[in-house]
Amino acid sequence: MAIIVERKRLSFWERTYLPQIFSGLYITIKNFFSPKVTLEYPDQRPVLPVGYRGAPVLVSDSNGRNKCVSCQLCEFVCPSKAIKVTPSAIPEDSEYAFIEKGPSEFQIDMSRCIFCGYCQEACPEQAIVMSTEFSINAYSRAGLLRKKNDLYKSGGVVPDRIMKWQKVKENSQKGK
Amino acid sequence: MFSNSLIFAEVAPSFWDNVWSIVLPVLCSLICIVVVMTFAGLSVVAERKISSYIQGRWGPNRTAIPYIEVIPFVGNFLKKNGLMQLAADGLKFLLKEDPLPKHVNKFWYMIAPVMSLAPVLIAASVIPFGIYWLDGKSNAIAVANLDVSLLFALAIGSLGVLGGIMAGWSSNSKLPYIGGMRAAAQVISYELAMGLSVLPVILMVASKGVQSPMSLFEISNAQSNSLWFCISQPLSALIFIVALFAETNRLPFDMAESETDIVSGYHTEYGSFKFGLFFVGEYGHIVVGSSIFIALFLGGWNPLPCESWPQSWGIWASILSVITFLVKIAMMIFFFIWIRWTLPRFRNDQVMNLGWKCLLPLALANFVGYLIYTSIR
Repeated sequence: MAIIVERKRLSFWERTYLPQIFSGLYITIKNFFSPKVTLEYPDQRPVLPVGYRGAPVLVSDSNGRNKCVSCQLCEFVCPSKAIKVTPSAIPEDSEYAFIEKGPSEFQIDMSRCIFCGYCQEACPEQAIVMSTEFSINAYSRAGLLRKKNDLYKSGGVVPDRIMKWQKVKENSQKGK
Repeated sequence: MFSNSLIFAEVAPSFWDNVWSIVLPVLCSLICIVVVMTFAGLSVVAERKISSYIQGRWGPNRTAIPYIEVIPFVGNFLKKNGLMQLAADGLKFLLKEDPLPKHVNKFWYMIAPVMSLAPVLIAASVIPFGIYWLDGKSNAIAVANLDVSLLFALAIGSLGVLGGIMAGWSSNSKLPYIGGMRAAAQVISYELAMGLSVLPVILMVASKGVQSPMSLFEISNAQSNSLWFCISQPLSALIFIVALFAETNRLPFDMAESETDIVSGYHTEYGSFKFGLFFVGEYGHIVVGSSIFIALFLGGWNPLPCESWPQSWGIWASILSVITFLVKIAMMIFFFIWIRWTLPRFRNDQVMNLGWKCLLPLALANFVGYLIYTSIR
């Protein structure tokens, strides 16, 4: 059934359309002087929300130890096959050589990464985390392939309360 | 302006006097064209900047010309206000490929943009930009101070639509054709109301005992030291400005190029410099139209109602009068753009209704009412 909409009868001034024009002009001039919403991007940076998923990076703990133990779980879980880990033993003379292994190469192909954050969820060592970097660009495909050193460099240090590896090492030295 | 320079040549004019009498008008016309074109160019920037401010954006503020950019203050000012964008836009129109579609009628297609710009510049010649005094007699700072300059400006100024019609027809494509037809219909229906609305003003000027009440200069001059005609003839001013919006194809009356229904109207098939001519022609039309409105209703070069630049200041008063007029043009351009973002576009039938059933009777009633009022008084 059709609905009949009651149309209000317009008053004389409403029919002349002029008061509406003036109120409209008032609104637009108010907008003219109001603060602008445009973010001038390269000069101004956006405020990113908590939990923002940017480019994945590798981190070190507060002692400067690279946390990745090359378990390859991130490589396995990565839905777009962006991560490639080459596991190897940590050299004997290294300060951090004890039980764990470390990657001899760790590659993230940023042209494949979909920023799902599964690698961060899968990591048992909290070694790979999503950073807030969102502007990812390079002049070639090869430039988008991030290597281990770059990833550690951009990840930096994330203080770790538990220090699991250090405790295990100290305990073994005490003979426990 | 130039006619006065010949006063001293009472003896038989020498060769150089003859040369001067040719060179001076050409110089005046060039200055006038430069002023109008500069304003047209600046209004392109103003359109972009004001539109974006109203929409909460910053507008063009990145374009920079390498060496000018580094000048302290000036460079940054030009960059932030998008004034260097003007050069970029102009160069873009100049340097782009100029396509000539195969299906067009080449002669009219080529001549249409010129026909859209030329009448505007011709009409600009009669605009009185200011006043100067020679031997106690006031004269207009205009290229040609005709006795019927109002009639001339209205007649020539509305010829600009011919360019639109030519473009619409010669493009041989349906949407430009509709655009051209709409432009024609709109100009015909609003020209009448526009012409009728200025009659009371002419009568009012004539009642002051002026020799040539159809001259824009005399009309402006009649407003010095008295109320402006937008105050004493508000209905005329309202009808004139509405018709002016329709004549210049500005929103809310831009039926001829309403991009939501007919792509871009009559200049759909145009590109590069030919489109640029249409574009500048439109803004030139706004500049000239608003100058006519200022001369008619907004007191011309007078700074305030019931105030005028005193004659005793001599040349300084003339300079101030020109500056006042140019400032008023700038304010009118701002108003045009302000209205653009305030009012939604009319439908074509609404435009016709407003023109024929509302403005035309209103203008007639205003005229007749004024006649009755003056005869009773």
